[in-house]
Amino acid sequence: MKAAVIVFPGSNCDRDLAVAFERAGADVTRVWHKETDLPEGVDVVGIPGGFSYGDYLRCGAIAAQSPICRAVVRHTERGGYALGICNGFQVLTEARMLPGVLMRNAGLKFLCRTVGLTVGAQSEFTAGYGEAAEIALPIAHHDGNYRADAETLDRLEGEGRVAFRYTDNPNGSDRDIAGILSENRRVLGMMPHPERAVDAGHGATDGQPLFAHLVGALAPA
Amino acid sequence: MQEPAITPDLIEAHGLKPDEYDRILDIIGREPTFTELGIFSAMWNEHCSYKSSKLHLRTLPTTGPQVICGPGENAGIVDIGDGQAVVFKMESHNHPSYIEPYQGAATGVGGILRDVFTMGARPIAAMNALSFGEPSHPKTRSLVAGVVAGVGGYGNCFGVPTVGGEVRFDPAYNGNCLVNAFAAGLVDSDKIFYSAASGVGMPVVYLGAKTGRDGVGGATMASAEFDADIEEKRPTVQVGDPFTEKRLMEATLELMATGAVISIQDMGAAGLTCSAVEMGDKGQLGIALDLEKVPQREAHMTAYEMMLSESQERMLMVLKPELEAEAKAVFDKWDLDFAIVGETIAEDRFFIRHNGEVKADLPLSKLASTAPEYDRPWEPTPEAEPLGDVPEVDAIDALKALIGSPNYAAKTWVTEQYDSQVMADTARGPGLGAGLVRVHGTDKVLAFTSDVTPRYVKANPVEGGKQAVAEAYRNLTATGALPLATTDNLNFGNPEKPAIMGQFVGAIRGIGAACEALDMPIVSGNVSLYNETDGEAILPTPTIGAVGLLASGEDVIGCDVREGHVALVVGESAGHLGQSALLAEVFNRVEGDAPPVDLDAEKRHGDFIRANRGMITACTDLSDGGLALAAFELAEAAGVGVTLDASTNAELFGEDQGRYLVACGFDKAEELMIEASQAGVPIITVGRFGGSDVRLGNSAAPLSDLARLYRTAFADAVG
Repeated sequence: MKAAVIVFPGSNCDRDLAVAFERAGADVTRVWHKETDLPEGVDVVGIPGGFSYGDYLRCGAIAAQSPICRAVVRHTERGGYALGICNGFQVLTEARMLPGVLMRNAGLKFLCRTVGLTVGAQSEFTAGYGEAAEIALPIAHHDGNYRADAETLDRLEGEGRVAFRYTDNPNGSDRDIAGILSENRRVLGMMPHPERAVDAGHGATDGQPLFAHLVGALAPA
Repeated sequence: MQEPAITPDLIEAHGLKPDEYDRILDIIGREPTFTELGIFSAMWNEHCSYKSSKLHLRTLPTTGPQVICGPGENAGIVDIGDGQAVVFKMESHNHPSYIEPYQGAATGVGGILRDVFTMGARPIAAMNALSFGEPSHPKTRSLVAGVVAGVGGYGNCFGVPTVGGEVRFDPAYNGNCLVNAFAAGLVDSDKIFYSAASGVGMPVVYLGAKTGRDGVGGATMASAEFDADIEEKRPTVQVGDPFTEKRLMEATLELMATGAVISIQDMGAAGLTCSAVEMGDKGQLGIALDLEKVPQREAHMTAYEMMLSESQERMLMVLKPELEAEAKAVFDKWDLDFAIVGETIAEDRFFIRHNGEVKADLPLSKLASTAPEYDRPWEPTPEAEPLGDVPEVDAIDALKALIGSPNYAAKTWVTEQYDSQVMADTARGPGLGAGLVRVHGTDKVLAFTSDVTPRYVKANPVEGGKQAVAEAYRNLTATGALPLATTDNLNFGNPEKPAIMGQFVGAIRGIGAACEALDMPIVSGNVSLYNETDGEAILPTPTIGAVGLLASGEDVIGCDVREGHVALVVGESAGHLGQSALLAEVFNRVEGDAPPVDLDAEKRHGDFIRANRGMITACTDLSDGGLALAAFELAEAAGVGVTLDASTNAELFGEDQGRYLVACGFDKAEELMIEASQAGVPIITVGRFGGSDVRLGNSAAPLSDLARLYRTAFADAVG
């Protein structure tokens, strides 16, 4: 299974995400933002956390206009998988691959803590967790307050596309949303960092099932 | 452009004393130009020259088999085995942070990160030691908010985990807060880069962000006391851009890998001047610069402004000319400036031209080596008055006074604003004792702590200096790590006052003795003097940053106690209440002597903890707040109650040194006591963990109530 991790200037979780994919058995290439195409045969694109282009203008806004982002859009339009974490989720919304926006946290401060989440949707990203599983993952963001109009939110919930919900909403997100899926369930954007909880040394391993199942599911039989 | 004439007022405005100006005349044999005067003031101010402190700093132990590079370079370097080394330093950004809290703190973090990656190391951990005025002071709240947001804003974006630090409040910092930033990086021992230039006619290359007028004269500002005109100094504070710094770090590390770098130096205090002189002086070479080639952010900048600008995120490098194309390609990739601005020359000359006009022509080595050095008069700090009677108070009330104070309450409000997990190697973030970060791709773990108890240092500089090092040693030891080395960030008042100089000299003596005895040599550091406002000095605050190592296969000692665990104290308890947290927070009294430090006992007890790690489930050092506060912190973190048998305030809140609180199961406790008696280490059972109450002698309260107070007091006071 081949994963590509995008590196924007200012990405700072690219190594962490690559390591998490590798630990799960994926063959990982890191792809520079000035590239116009993804490597041949990529199954899943990882868009890492960090501060792409310094998060100037709006978080993820400039990254969404970068050459590589156009290639990621083409990849997802072809039915390819993509996982955006934290800044990566912001990029996915700015590039309209996912609906809604991520605004400044309700408390107006950067927030780094471990939060409780419930897993809420069927997808290759979440299938490694049991039905309605409760897990804990770290968050670290200033702009994780997910907002969308009521119609969009109703649709996300109606179609079972809310992948993760906070058990104790830390940032003011509408309907406690921490992560959402695209219509075809192949694009996941989430604010929590599963790649920071994949081995015992992290003190938590709740991120591991996401990578393990995804890599397994996309591996050639 | 016409440069201003050199007048006594202009000389004074540059922070140069009349005798220092005479020294300049002696060295160059003529009146300096305006640009030259600026260069001398930049090189000779306290911040860059250490003119008041050098004499005493030389007495500190700086060597050991573990030391690869001691003080004098951008940061210290210590061997951690397997061909790897840790690079670290702590540095203050006090004055800028008081004037402009967000940018002052942010650029403090930026500066220390640059010091680390300039040596070829990727930063892997950061800490911050912050001292603010009393919570009720009208400036405190905005300073705390700005400084914490600035530290977080820079470190989070750059992508380094902040895993430790301190936050304290005292009226002595009302007019002068302290921001001490620590960073550590990881490097292969055979891929370290130094600042000494070599080879004549080698290109001098400017890297990174463009030069603007920000920070002109910043180092001189940082070497002066504050007064009512402080607002006018705002333009001397630099503005940080962590996004550029992140790219500069990646580009610099990539550039180093190409083999094109002969030597490299970051532009920190006094920017282009200091970095160029440093590289030339260390390599015994001259440097010629053509300033019109310097990438500039603003129009019509003068030579004076360019030489003194403290614009951030810049580096200076001496390049192997044959690899210029490869080097430039790296900086093009990261969209950063790369410009050849001069060359190394054989003569001992610092030769500055701007559009063909000579702006400065100075003997380079003399700029670096002839900075004034003072043996300032000093008075030993008088012996502290003995402590008067301390009335007994209800132990739970006393604990509530402590955990309800922002000094001892949980600092979650602060630490949650820092990304403590980026890089995905954090094994323990900030909160309890030392922070732990794995050495990427190995099972080795580095431990980081920062400590000082300024009240102790004021009462007794020698013992207070020792105590700061001893506490750092204990915090590292409590994780199971072997302390390796130390960085010191010495914050004091005006050294021209003999009483302040006496605090400095005493603290250095104590720090030196402790570093020697505990085998934690000083490998880097920074001195910040003139921390006074309208003649009022801060508490003497020699912050000690220390690094320890858990070698491959060595288990971390945790800090999670469980129901039924026995609580034991390792070390001798005498009930010392002088200068204690109890005295300060409950009685508002600052009295008595600092607790004495027995360095032999510290070493013995530390060795005992490390040797018996297998029997210990949780461990923490006992410091200010004593046994009661330490036991509460462990209990609170685990959500388990605790019962301590002791009932007197002295037993519960005494601050005797050389002690650890240890928790383990009953069978292990017995074994541990046998081991201790064989090793001649004092150990006693002091209670047990369990239940849902905190019980101190005859007084008790539900843990949940106390935890709520502990978790909310900080934000209530200053949030």
